[in-house]
Amino acid sequence: MPIPRSHNAGALMRGSGRRFRWPSGWQWLVMLVALLVLMPLSVLFIAWLEPAWDIWRHLQQTVLSRLLFNTFKLVVGVSLGALLLGVGLAWLTGACDFPGRRHFSWTLLLPLAMPTYVLAFVFLGLFDFSGPVQTQLRIWFGPGIRLPEMRSAGGVILVMSLALYPYIYLLARNAFRTQGKRALEAAQSLGCSPVVGFFRVVLPMARPWIAGGTALVLMEALADFGAVSIFNYDTFTTAIYKAWFGFFSLPAAAQLSSLLVVLVFGLILIEQQLRKRMRFAQSRLAPQAERIQLYGWHKWAATAACSLVLGVAFLLPTLQLLRWTLGIFHQEFTRRYLDLLGHSLLLGLSAALLIVTLALLVAYCGRRHQDRLTGSLIRISTLGYALPGTVLAVGIFIPLAGLDNLLIDLARSLFGIEMKPLLQGTLFVMLLAYLIRFMAAGFKSIDSAMHRVTTNIDEASRLMGLRGLRLLWRIHLPMLRGGIFTALTLVFVDVMKEMPITLMTRPFGWDTLAVKIYELTSEGEWERAAMPSLTLLLSGLLPIVLLMRGTDD
Amino acid sequence: MPDKKIPILELNAISQAYDSQLVVKDLSLILEAGEIGCLLGASGCGKTTVLRTIAGFEPLLEGEIRIAGEVVSCYNELLPPAKRRIGMVFQDYALFPHLTIFDNVAFGLRGTGRVELLRRTNEALELVGLYAEHKKYPHEISGGQQQRVALARAIAPRPALLLMDEPFSNLDVSLRERLSMEVRDILKENGTTALFVTHNQHEAFAVADRIGVMAGGEILQWDSAHDLYHRPVSTKVARFVGEGEMIAGLISSAGEITTGLGCLRGHLNDSRPIGSAVQLLVRPEDIVHDDESPLKAEVLRRSFRGANILYHLLLQNGERVQALVPSHCDHQPGEQIGIQPDVRHLVTFPVPG
Amino acid sequence: MLITVININFKKERLFMSKLLDKFMLALLVFSMLLPAVAFADELVIYSARKEHLIQPLIDAYSAETGTEISFITDKAGPLLQRLKAEGKNTHADLLITVDAGNLWHAASEGMLQPVSSAILERNIPIHLRDPAGHWFGLSERARTIVYSTERVKPAELSSYEALGDKSWRHRLLLRTSKKVYNQSLIAMLIAEHGQAQTEQVVRSWVGNLATSPFSNDTKLMEAILAGQGDVGIVNTYYFGRLQKKNPELKLALFWPNQQTGGVHINVSGAGVTRHAKNRSGAIRFLEWLSSEKAQNLFADANMEYPVNPQVKAHPAVAAWGSFKPSTQNLADAGRLQSDAIMLMDRAGYR
Repeated sequence: MPIPRSHNAGALMRGSGRRFRWPSGWQWLVMLVALLVLMPLSVLFIAWLEPAWDIWRHLQQTVLSRLLFNTFKLVVGVSLGALLLGVGLAWLTGACDFPGRRHFSWTLLLPLAMPTYVLAFVFLGLFDFSGPVQTQLRIWFGPGIRLPEMRSAGGVILVMSLALYPYIYLLARNAFRTQGKRALEAAQSLGCSPVVGFFRVVLPMARPWIAGGTALVLMEALADFGAVSIFNYDTFTTAIYKAWFGFFSLPAAAQLSSLLVVLVFGLILIEQQLRKRMRFAQSRLAPQAERIQLYGWHKWAATAACSLVLGVAFLLPTLQLLRWTLGIFHQEFTRRYLDLLGHSLLLGLSAALLIVTLALLVAYCGRRHQDRLTGSLIRISTLGYALPGTVLAVGIFIPLAGLDNLLIDLARSLFGIEMKPLLQGTLFVMLLAYLIRFMAAGFKSIDSAMHRVTTNIDEASRLMGLRGLRLLWRIHLPMLRGGIFTALTLVFVDVMKEMPITLMTRPFGWDTLAVKIYELTSEGEWERAAMPSLTLLLSGLLPIVLLMRGTDD
Repeated sequence: MPDKKIPILELNAISQAYDSQLVVKDLSLILEAGEIGCLLGASGCGKTTVLRTIAGFEPLLEGEIRIAGEVVSCYNELLPPAKRRIGMVFQDYALFPHLTIFDNVAFGLRGTGRVELLRRTNEALELVGLYAEHKKYPHEISGGQQQRVALARAIAPRPALLLMDEPFSNLDVSLRERLSMEVRDILKENGTTALFVTHNQHEAFAVADRIGVMAGGEILQWDSAHDLYHRPVSTKVARFVGEGEMIAGLISSAGEITTGLGCLRGHLNDSRPIGSAVQLLVRPEDIVHDDESPLKAEVLRRSFRGANILYHLLLQNGERVQALVPSHCDHQPGEQIGIQPDVRHLVTFPVPG
Repeated sequence: MLITVININFKKERLFMSKLLDKFMLALLVFSMLLPAVAFADELVIYSARKEHLIQPLIDAYSAETGTEISFITDKAGPLLQRLKAEGKNTHADLLITVDAGNLWHAASEGMLQPVSSAILERNIPIHLRDPAGHWFGLSERARTIVYSTERVKPAELSSYEALGDKSWRHRLLLRTSKKVYNQSLIAMLIAEHGQAQTEQVVRSWVGNLATSPFSNDTKLMEAILAGQGDVGIVNTYYFGRLQKKNPELKLALFWPNQQTGGVHINVSGAGVTRHAKNRSGAIRFLEWLSSEKAQNLFADANMEYPVNPQVKAHPAVAAWGSFKPSTQNLADAGRLQSDAIMLMDRAGYR
């Protein structure tokens, strides 16, 4: 791509005082991505042109307060749960040393490959009243014995905390890794007990990272539909679905969604404010700090805590999926099944490559142009992550279908040609939808890697005559390998797990594992959903394992 | 101020091990109030472990540690670091990056009341000359300033004992020298009792009242800088502290030793009988350049040090000595130069094995 | 974020990256060019909310018999309708297959289906199981009826849906979520029969009798009855059939309520020809074939449902549940009153 020079425009505007610079090719690109993201958002907000008052009135009179309270409970509960797990485990594996620490430091990330909806049905299958655990307990201790009700706020919070804590763990662990034991010792030498020191120094020092991870968890929890519907737990998202599928009022659904979007934007703003402080918080710390050696029962307690979380969040559900799969393997494993797997992999891979390529270009643009306009464009282009998948899917589908119809009409009236729709039902649309949704996942890891390439390197390369794309290709790309690989992994796993966008935008015949899981779980056929779930889990694991080995010590 | 008679720090025969390997062996030392002590040794000699044990970050295998008379560590018992009334300056300073300079220094003053906190924080900041920077964050000030903030933070709560782990190692050489003297002044002005560890003898000499030379987990000698240099108790100490070479000698009469440099007279502190063979420590400043002298030696190597040149010399009998010579006497390797011994303290050691 | 060190030498990796990129771009190009062109003139395109594993056998059989190319996608009914709407007159779809009359009614009322008059369809499908105007036709029939534990409940204790609100069922009743369209249709039909006020009282009494909060699906509901969490529930017949198939010794049985009054609530899965179908005649032919005697068993038995065609007998396992008097109210009411039903359930606290 040639980079248009800006001197002409500059010369034209020089007389008028303030210098106006014509956007460069890079900025045009970011603008395009930002517009793509704005498209589904505008569809949501345009829906307010015809407010669905009757439905609003009904909701307000009946369930709205409960929905809001439920959503609030869920979000607060899941954040606290994920914080407790994510921060606690990250601190143990990042700053301490105990038996098994090396293994735990990456295995604790494995639940990242577990979609919340899968964990939800496995947990209900295991621990609900009719599940094997409670059944066995009743056999042992009589019919009176009961575990706390699984299908409750507590249950859904537990499941989502277990599924989402890796987002916090991933970020916080890096913070604690650089912090080591020094910070806590310094606090102790200044008269703080270890516990006080942990809360006054260790946590505040890692706050930007923890907050970043928590923001991701909050967004996921707010946007989740799969897990809450399996638990029949009513939240804002279920209300959106109800408005759409029950009342058949897309405007009402869009209006509800727009509120959700506003809420999430608030979160993003807070998160970005906190991230700004990360740079100073990172200063002057040894990259590989010494660890706190745990002794006596402490070290075994640490091992036990990590084993417990890993067991409950990953091993147990995986084994249960395996058990169910073994029961139905002979009848479910067919040629057709391999197609599903192939589609999932191919989609995940193409989306990952597309998104990471664009994220790289966008991040590079952000590096070259540090002005306000570029900054806000980039911010907009990563907003799609916050939208519930189905809402996003509609927001994409409606304008694209409109565009198609326009093109067809134009072709007919201008040239008299009968055209078939160009965009609908193509992989292009599907990838576009993934792009809008997962731009953030790709961008964030590349951007943080990009921050480590110093401007001196750019200058040295320019002296040798490397500019623009060639600079990116020959100098930055090799230096960004780590970030690129992280981005590829995250996007790949996310796309494989993605359900509503895949359902709505896939071309004929392009069923994936996630589609299969949807079809089976919605009919309560959890055993049969186990095999695609397990496959999905395993294919997500591979890149995570590759990603994580190498990162520790 | 505790009673003068009770030492601020007392280590009684402490031992410490990692993974069943002894890293500190039977180590004892005493630090009186207001004294600045130093543990000097190569890396891996166990000096940092001793410091961390005193701070309470490591358990103790044997022996006991008293701070101001109170037992803080002994086998199986450990007073938490927070309760030991110690301050610590870490090698990497460990400033809290999320707090301003002021908040860093005030950190240990929690619970002293607002007025007192403000007063003592400002006092500490003024002591290290950084009051003007108190609103900045640690990453916004220079390395030397960070070091002083770390010091101010450690002394602000008025600890009974200040510990410093390689406090100057992250600074460049010129800054290191200036700061080490500054720190000594600050500590003396404040009357702080301190123990620090370093591998750099110049730092030790510049700052400490008493220095312990450590090797293999033991203190070889616990003495003033002067005595360490001029009265080393072993060849190990002699080699570690200052420069110089050992040459063979024979006690020819009381206060007289015959060596390859001729017959040397001086203050001899050796009770061995006449006729005993000994090793004699010859410091570079003990050899004087003298073109007239019949005693000649061959220049092996030279290193230019500005005012002086350090020559490594080969004596006729094959032994080596070093000579510190004013730099206007310029000789190249291979040349024969005349030298004259000028040894005041005859420091002798038994001939090994 | 993550710091990863992967030791691949630069050249190799660059080569790898660029090759991969090239391939990917090529694949993208090929796919985006190929896919829209797949629609043949004779092809039939179906949007289906009925799951893939249930309609695939029928499509295979029809293709084998007539040589028609059929392509389809599945999704929830809501997104499918929205998709149809957005595509407007340029849609690929010729036929919309969906479950529940409520969904069919909405598709018709939003103008996404076109009226079809076919003697064959009118003969094969009873009047109350299709749209009077011919927008949609039921193709298989299921009842939403009462299931009970054979260990703890005698059939004599049961009588009607409404009676499940009696005090005797306190803490014994299990229900599926009110968000499921099957329950919305059931309540809509009750409203059509009793009116709002009385229905709301019934629903309130149900909610008061619940043993635990509503389930997300019928299968789990029945498993909970088996485990003793509750004694009775309301489920679709085919879910019971599937469970029974897995475990013939099932200690559950179906009860046919309201036999003295309106009859058992039934619902259909059905289909309609889309308003802008490119292959209208092909779609009608396929519909007619689906309602024919040879296809009806295939369609219904795959999911243990009842055939709509009166000439066709249900699968023996289905027939073994006994015969019953179905409600003959027109199913269009389920769609018409769906919103009212949801609001009513919200008011009654049925989650």
